[in-house]
This record gives sequence, C-alpha cells and structure tokens, in this order.
Amino acid sequence: MESSNVIELKNIHYRYDRDLVLTNINLAVPRGAFLGIVGPNGSGKSTMLKIILGLQKPRKGSVLLFGQQQSKFRDWERIGYVSQKANAFNSGFPATVYEIVASGLTKKAGLFRMIGNKRRPQIEKAIRAVSMEDFQDRNIGELSGGQQQRVFIARAIVSEPDVLILDEPTVGVDSKNVQTFYDMLERLNKELSLTLMLVTHDIGTITNKVTHVACLNNTMHFHGSTEDFEQVKDSELSQFYGHDVQRLHHDHEHSHEAPTR
Amino acid sequence: MIQAIIDYQFLQNAFLTGLIIGVIAPLLGAFIVVRRLSLIADALSHVTLSGIAASLFLSKTFVVFNGLNPLWLGMGFSVMGSLFIERLRTVYKHYQELAIPIILSGGIGIGVIFISLADGFNTDLFSYLFGSVSAVSRSDLWLILAIAVTVISVVILLYKELFLLSFDEEFGKASGLSTRFLHLVFMIMVALVIAASMRIVGILLVSSLMTLPVAAAMRIARGFKQTIFFSIAFGEIAVISGLFSAFYLDLAPGGTIVLSSILLLLLAIAFKKTQTMRK
Repeated sequence: MESSNVIELKNIHYRYDRDLVLTNINLAVPRGAFLGIVGPNGSGKSTMLKIILGLQKPRKGSVLLFGQQQSKFRDWERIGYVSQKANAFNSGFPATVYEIVASGLTKKAGLFRMIGNKRRPQIEKAIRAVSMEDFQDRNIGELSGGQQQRVFIARAIVSEPDVLILDEPTVGVDSKNVQTFYDMLERLNKELSLTLMLVTHDIGTITNKVTHVACLNNTMHFHGSTEDFEQVKDSELSQFYGHDVQRLHHDHEHSHEAPTR
Repeated sequence: MIQAIIDYQFLQNAFLTGLIIGVIAPLLGAFIVVRRLSLIADALSHVTLSGIAASLFLSKTFVVFNGLNPLWLGMGFSVMGSLFIERLRTVYKHYQELAIPIILSGGIGIGVIFISLADGFNTDLFSYLFGSVSAVSRSDLWLILAIAVTVISVVILLYKELFLLSFDEEFGKASGLSTRFLHLVFMIMVALVIAASMRIVGILLVSSLMTLPVAAAMRIARGFKQTIFFSIAFGEIAVISGLFSAFYLDLAPGGTIVLSSILLLLLAIAFKKTQTMRK
C-alpha cells in the first residue's frame, strides 16, 4: 500500500564542509498539498530539496518517496523539478519551447527511444497548461523571464508527475507577473491534483495560496497547516528570521515587505 | 576536379572523407558549442598531435611500427586526453577551464618532444597539421567511415539524453539521468571525431569545423534540431568548396575550409541583420 504522504523526511542531518546546514529535519508532505517552504537565505531550503531529489546525500536520516526508501525508488518521473537555476540557464541555447518541454519526457520514453510524434499531444497539453501555446516554436531565449519559467514548469509536468518541486521559481520574474504565476500554480494544484512543494524566501505572497507551511532555518521551526501557521506569533517569526518580519494579513488591504536578504 | 576524382583514387579518398567529416564534425559541434566546450575540442586536437608525432617517431625508429597508421595512435591519445580532461575537471571543481591549458600545452609538449626525437618536421607531419588533399589513404577512409557510423549511431540513439545534458544538466540528474556516464561517452565521441577530421582539415584547424558551421547555424536556426541540420549543411558547403579551391590553387585544405566557414558565418550574420532590420 502506498503511503498517504508523497514525501517524508525523517531526522535528516546534512553538513557542508564543517557547517551543519540541516539538523534533525522532519517533514511530511501529504498528497494534494501545496506546501510553501520559507526561510532566510542560507537556511538550507535548496539543500533540503536536493536531498529529496537525491542530488545530495544526507549524513543521517532517511528519505521516503511515496512510502519507499529513496535508495530503492525508481519512479523518478513521478517527481517533477523546477530548479532555481532554471532562470540562470544559457538563454542563448538554440532550442524551441516545444523541444524543451519534450525533453521532460527523456526518462519516461526510455533509453534509445525517440520522443516522436506519438507524444506530441502530451507535450502540447503541458504547453497549454501553462498557457504558452502561442510560443511553442519560439526559441527559449526570445522569451521573458516569466515565460521561460512557465516553460520549465511545462517541462516538469509533461511526464505527468504526482509531485512538483519548485525552488524559488519567481526569481527573475517581474513583480507584475508573480501573482499570475502563483495563480497558475494554484490552478495546477487544484485541477491536476498535483502536489506542490515550493521554496521561497518570500513569506508574504504565498500564505494565501498554500495549504501547508514549513519554516526552515537549519532546523525546522514550524511545520503544519496554513491555519496553524496563522497562529504563530509575529515575534516568534522575527526571532526565527533574526530580524523584524511581519506576515501578510489577508484581511488587510496593505501588504508587508518580505524579509530582506 | 570531377574528372580528376574519377581518375585518381587519392582524390576520391580525400573527397569522400571530406563529405563524411562535413557531417560528423558539425553534428557533434552543435553539442560542443551549446555546452561551451569549444576550447576543449581544441585542447583535444593538440593531444591528437602528440599521438601522431609519437606514431611518426615510432615508425621512423622501429622497423616493427613501419606500417603503423598514425591515425590509430592519434585516436588513442585523443581518447586518453578526453578521459584526462574529465579527471582534471573534477580535481579543479571551481576552475574547470584550467583543464584546457593543461591538456593543450601537455599535448603540444609531448608532440614537440617526439618531433625533435624524430629529427624535426617532415612533409608527413605538415599534412597532419594543416590537412591535405593528397595524403588520405584508403585505410584512413575506412577507419574514418567506421568512426562516422559509430558517432552517428550514438548521437541518434542518445539524442534526447544528450539534448538534456546540454540544455540542463541538473534537471537531467534530477530525472535520473546518468550524466557522468553520458558525458564520458560524449567526450570519447569528440575525441574520435577530432581524430577522423584531422586528415582533411589538419590538427590545428579541426575545432573550426566543429564550431564555425554551428556558430553560423545558430544565427538563423529555430530550435536545436534545425541548428544541427543547418550546421551540417554549412559544414558540407565549407568542406566541398574548401577542397575544390585547395585542389585548384594547390593549397592546404585546412586553410581553405576554414576560410569558407568564416565566409558562411559572415553571410549568416549579415542575413540575420537584414532579417531583424526588416521586422
């Protein structure tokens, strides 16, 4: 039987050179959740994602993916990933939106197989899901940062994963389009019942979208539903960030600045 | 020249070899350029030089090696060099480009030692440095054909993996791709293509046939597959026109092929300019 948690971290420790980047991290991501992971820079957020994806090996602790030990896990196409670096990629790369989204099927198609026309409907569906169908045959370098990021999401969801992991996807997206971007994520979460895990250092903009919150600063400071997160005092949050911070309160008109770097 | 090709086997060899490398050099070149490895191709070609020089030295000094085709040792050295570059790139994680000058100078250094041991330059070596219309033998042609078949099959079979490796290595890793193995296969392919191409374009100019047609194609192509097709088309045009002019003007084909590639590149840049101006 498959576990109801798609991703589970148990007692993870990770060290980089001499510094303990992650200490005693426990995390459970239930199916269908939209989890926002927040924390200041250098808090180990990206490292945690890399551990989940098997790109970094933890010192201690275990990673369960769909209830299975990571070392035995083979269905990597069930986990989609949009990296932070996606917006620092070689923008002069001569590839079309279609080619890039198609490359998301590399693992699924299998070794020595081509991604042929049979898969075209699947690829075009993913492109439509992020509303990029008008740009299908454009080179990626001709697009804006926000459009490029949508292409990377399409590439991540084309293999129809159960979970999508995003590492600061709005870096390089202009503020006007950030909201539309989050709206799109919310839609993907609801319509495709895609479990989402989103890392951001911007605590304010996401609390009205996500269902669960995890606050990370080398250790896990809070992990639970968004409603419970609302109960956490601002003063405690400030302590966690090391400086003053206020959350966006949705009943208010004004918005607060996210903690600065 | 058409009549001459029919009449003389050496011209047939040169021409057919030219047509083959006109495909494989830009084909791999497209991946090399987008992965920003152009200089690595250059470094590897210099390692090939040391292999050629070693082979020429051996066949001059030891009777046993008399009939040895220098392509074999050249190929061997260049494959070894590609493995060595990978090793160096992991040793100097933060200065990966350091591998290039180390390998490049090492290649020339060893080459120069063998050249001096063999008592200096001879016409044979000259033809390896700058290419030749007359020096390609039948056995060279067969070896180069075998390399081409291998390289083209590998690229076709691993196209989507190589594309992913080039475009986004981290995403490739995250989706379970064995990027290290793939990269190794790729580097060996590069080493083979360099060994195959140097008979015609010469060691010093091999990398030009891998990069210049791609540079031209990137200006006008839409998408990666189109970039590859344009690169090969430009590569073929450069090789054919280069070989013809080398034959009639009695020049080393390396020079004429590079000049035709540069001409194509300038035309592609100019074409793109007029296109954007019209918009």
